[in-house]
Amino acid sequence: MSGSSMWEAVSGIIRRDLLLAMRRRSDAAMSVFFLVIVASLFPLGVGPEPAVLRTIGPGVLWVAALLACLLSLSRVFTADYLDGVLEQMVLIPQPLAVLVVGKVLAHWLISGLPVVLLSPLLGLQFGLSGESLGVLVMSLLLGTPTLSMIGAIGAALVLGVRGSGLLVALLVLPLYVPILIFGAGAVTSSMAGIGGEANLSLLGACLVLSLFLAPWATAAALRIALE
Amino acid sequence: MQWGSASEFFAMGGYGLYVWTSFVATALCMVWEVLSLWRRRVAVRAEQRAALLGGIDETTA
Amino acid sequence: MSVNWSKYSAPQTFYPLAGRLIPWFACVAVVLMGIGLYMGFFIAPTDFQQGEAYRIIFVHVPAAWMSMFLYVVMAVWAGVGMGLNARLSFMMAQAIAPTGAMFTFLALLTGAMWGKPTWGAWWVWDARLTSELILLFQYAGVMLLRTSIDDVRRADRASAVFALVGVVNVPIIYFSVQWWNTLHQGASVSMATGSKMASTMLMAMLLMTVAFWLYSIAVILARVRCVMVERESSPVWDEKPTAVQETVEAR
Repeated sequence: MSGSSMWEAVSGIIRRDLLLAMRRRSDAAMSVFFLVIVASLFPLGVGPEPAVLRTIGPGVLWVAALLACLLSLSRVFTADYLDGVLEQMVLIPQPLAVLVVGKVLAHWLISGLPVVLLSPLLGLQFGLSGESLGVLVMSLLLGTPTLSMIGAIGAALVLGVRGSGLLVALLVLPLYVPILIFGAGAVTSSMAGIGGEANLSLLGACLVLSLFLAPWATAAALRIALE
Repeated sequence: MQWGSASEFFAMGGYGLYVWTSFVATALCMVWEVLSLWRRRVAVRAEQRAALLGGIDETTA
Repeated sequence: MSVNWSKYSAPQTFYPLAGRLIPWFACVAVVLMGIGLYMGFFIAPTDFQQGEAYRIIFVHVPAAWMSMFLYVVMAVWAGVGMGLNARLSFMMAQAIAPTGAMFTFLALLTGAMWGKPTWGAWWVWDARLTSELILLFQYAGVMLLRTSIDDVRRADRASAVFALVGVVNVPIIYFSVQWWNTLHQGASVSMATGSKMASTMLMAMLLMTVAFWLYSIAVILARVRCVMVERESSPVWDEKPTAVQETVEAR
């Protein structure tokens, strides 16, 4: 299998998924709205104390981003599963794991990237300062692709299963714990003046690890679901 | 033997509540697991027997 | 001498073999548990720092060890099942999960019981406690995934994939929380057991661990036997076919 044909397959999948998402923009906008609403609810619930908001800010924004990713997970494979495209994808000569990378990247571009771009605005709501806003964006930029990668395993496992929405949350949230710790930790430590580099590099390590391992697990889960 | 009396043993140096809750909870969990497995086994055997007898009835009928 | 392992993995051999082994494992487990408890309560001395509260160690540590060990064993069976397409391996993985979850729950409960008198808090966000909690969630995930898929073959494989993914997750969580705690200094509680354990304490703890281990084997074998019969409708491997034969003749 030549590298160029693999790349063509991946980019083809990404283009197709983006095109489909452009046709139904409300779907893509939903996870962003969710993030904004959740992030706005916390100050209303906790109280407007700037010091308190600054302390909980990184954690709240990260949990909100994580839940937004979780909500959009059902969109990764469900439509293709229902109309039979997924069964065709298994038959393509390119390895399924490579195609999975394309699907997950498309999912990240649709629901993860908007979250990253919007996060500085939400950070301002919580009184984060200039440098920590930058670290917040960096941490989400490194962390949300990992969330999509790990989430795809869960999404593939529960394809066509009853009560899949809740089940995928139960499966995936425990796996999100390290990303949450490193992501929120990066912002917190930059606010404390330690600098977030250590946590950011750990997030990068998680991203690399998930890029190598998660597609195989997802491909295995897809094959099981399609049997 | 470091216990002067039974009440001293049950008091566990003032930590009786914590120590005995732990041990009793562990024992209860294990007993419950064994009992539930026992009941499952009884149900399985009943089903097994019924299936076998039913199968024989079918073949003889 | 080479052992023909495939012979033992055949259901009709494994089923009666497991049935014969269960009483032995159960009896030795009960005896060792009795000795372990006797040593733990009557021979092991009082800890000079923690007083009598430390005696929770005799259930807490074995339960915590078993919870992690059983998860790994479950994942190994799941992996073997995926690799060799062996149904018995999947059944073993299915049988291990409830016992592992029970020990995880017990480890958390007894940990809280130990933490309250020694640290003054039922719960702290320590690396060990957090990874134990996540382990419980993963056991729950494995079992829930299995029960929500009706097709047995798919349920086996899907929960196997999740169990294997979880094996990577737990150590990452352990180290990430440890890292996170060093960042939030002061909030964490030092769990280092600097004081040396008396040899009788250690002996009692090890005895209890072996007892829990044998108990787990007995319970898991009993459960896998139930699972085998529930899955295969034809009752072919009963160890006493004569018993059924007699009932048939009596009719």
